[in-house]
Amino acid sequence: MFAKILIIDLTSQKASIEQIDLKEGLLGGSGLAASLYLKYGLFEEPAFHPDQPLIFTIGPLTGAFPMMSKVVLGFKSPYHEQYAESHAGGRLALALRFAGYLGLVVKGKAKGLTTLEISDQEVNFHSTPFLKEEDVFSTGKLLRRVSTIPSGKRSILRIGPAGENLVPTACINVDTYRHFGRLGAGAVMGSKNLKGIIVGGNSAFDLNKMASSQYPKLYQQIHEIVTTTKAVNKYHDLGTPQNLIPLNELKCLPWNNLQKTSDPDITNISGEHFAKHLLLRQVACAGCPVGCIHIGLLREQFGEEHEFLYHQVAYDYEPIFALGSMLGIKSASAVLKLLEEVEKMGLDAISTGVILAYITEGLEKKVFTQEQVLLELKFSEPANYLQAIRYLAMPPNKFWRDAGKGLNWMIKHHGGEDFACVLGQEMAGYATGENYFVAQALGFRHSHLDLGAYSFDQEKEAKNLDKALDFFAREENYRVILTSCVGCLFARKAYTLETLVACLESVSFTTSLEELKTLGKKIQSLRWQLRFKTGFDPEKINIPKRYLQVVTYKGPIDPNYLEQLKKAYARQIKELAQGFSF
Amino acid sequence: MKKLKAIDMKKCIGCYSCSLACAREVHKSLSWKRSGIQIRSSGGISTGFEAIYCLACDPPPCAEVCPTQALTPRKGGGILFKEKQCIACAECAKACPVDAIYFDLELRKPIFCLHCGRCVSFCPHNCIDLVEVENVR
Repeated sequence: MFAKILIIDLTSQKASIEQIDLKEGLLGGSGLAASLYLKYGLFEEPAFHPDQPLIFTIGPLTGAFPMMSKVVLGFKSPYHEQYAESHAGGRLALALRFAGYLGLVVKGKAKGLTTLEISDQEVNFHSTPFLKEEDVFSTGKLLRRVSTIPSGKRSILRIGPAGENLVPTACINVDTYRHFGRLGAGAVMGSKNLKGIIVGGNSAFDLNKMASSQYPKLYQQIHEIVTTTKAVNKYHDLGTPQNLIPLNELKCLPWNNLQKTSDPDITNISGEHFAKHLLLRQVACAGCPVGCIHIGLLREQFGEEHEFLYHQVAYDYEPIFALGSMLGIKSASAVLKLLEEVEKMGLDAISTGVILAYITEGLEKKVFTQEQVLLELKFSEPANYLQAIRYLAMPPNKFWRDAGKGLNWMIKHHGGEDFACVLGQEMAGYATGENYFVAQALGFRHSHLDLGAYSFDQEKEAKNLDKALDFFAREENYRVILTSCVGCLFARKAYTLETLVACLESVSFTTSLEELKTLGKKIQSLRWQLRFKTGFDPEKINIPKRYLQVVTYKGPIDPNYLEQLKKAYARQIKELAQGFSF
Repeated sequence: MKKLKAIDMKKCIGCYSCSLACAREVHKSLSWKRSGIQIRSSGGISTGFEAIYCLACDPPPCAEVCPTQALTPRKGGGILFKEKQCIACAECAKACPVDAIYFDLELRKPIFCLHCGRCVSFCPHNCIDLVEVENVR
């Protein structure tokens, strides 16, 4: 099975097309991005080197099955100067598919602020200097007018001021409500003078040639699972915010910079509260019938008389944790207001909230001065956090410029290592125990979704080292296969490995269960090799003292188990990297 | 006689399952364009979605302009297509007042809703349905 890859050079404003055999190109998504980085990446050069590539990939199942609706972005991260992956949905996956490409590689640097536009029949470089410092929402509106691709099904990626200002926690916004959020891909776009990317396409593929006779039946079966199984469809109902109350009850929800793990006032920012009072509607990524994107209504009075305006702000568990509980904020509308500012600036929501929580505690403890921070930040008081978000994106001084580089940088240059909530990058909202802390700290994307270790923390054998390592190995192998197809990680219950083999077979990618697992291991190996080649050293990753002070429903953290697991998982990662040569 | 109707597009989540189903089941294609029902946002995803499909005009202006009678009126509204009669002039697509005919240049034929209803079961929120046409002649 061959795939077309579009290579864009922003410097020369020329494009070229490459054909790749998907078995050699490691399936798609995570595997394809890694194999393209191996070819085009500059291991020794910094993330902002003009020739570092941004690699967007989809996979052989994209658009062909439900929930195969995600795009993987491979790049060198300015956050840790190592190879990184970020995932996003929206309409981008199907737009790329119907533009006819399984991969888009963007390298070089445009002379002035530029927007790239591609479709099945076009490659355009629009000069867009007038978008300088425009926020994400107004950029989206203006790009709809710039675009020559007809409206209705385009995917529009853009960065905000944070990306333009090369803030290493800047995200790429995808279709208003989705993001390549973590590890600073937005800043890499900024470094290339690339304000936006518009993707559209109307190619059609002949199923009589590319699919087996089993395909329609298989599609129907999976569609039924996806739309009727509670384990999948729960993402539509309350969505991920359903987890706020259970995690708070388990004493696993970080509050006030993880000074505590539970608060009786959770109900005002719970998934149930959002759904009852603020949920406007749900929307979906193209190609996914679930519709997990929850859009909240933020209504604001702007005049003395009855004058109101409204905003539509997407919410999820992680942003509510980061800009809600982590900052001690107990008003759902206040969370939406902060979240909207994060969106406008084009920042990663999790990193933003966790960095602001750290600065707030640093001010409490007088580690930082008012002269540095310029603002009075206090847990549970939302007002000044709005300005703080703008400072992260548009830094007024060295302190805020450093803050946007993330907590690893802040610890080195400003202290506060005891209370910094950083696990490789700013933590996601799971104070569930030792397994999660180690899994995020060392995990490939430093993401809660790398291994889902928060669920293993709740198992009876959560402190069995061998079982934990088995769980990590199994989950990483499965998840990297799913994200190479490229499926949404919420689709796990719908796609067993056996189902993936059948799906791949039905679209002419013949493989067996064992072959697919081995291919997964190969992808794991290459991804870790790329991390090591770009400077990753698991021994150097520190788990701050704050994590050892956490008390969950299971009691205090066991520092010995945590340390043993960290060492053992570091060894496991090294072995994974050494498994194959490329 | 039944026809497709977008009965409640306010519930649409923009998953494109209907378009993909029509392309897959009717046109044996992986596509979101080679489909008798088109879903589109207007002014970004925040404004919601609209469905574009044959409204089963009676008489159908697309059939009236077809020079070779490849398109003929369907009983109860809409059109029937005889591929062998089509000369790929694409006049039908131009004549459709709601842009519901996509002229596929690769296949050299119009793509439009057959009112077969195969998309309906794939809509997760019952935004579309097959409804009985009243006053069938």
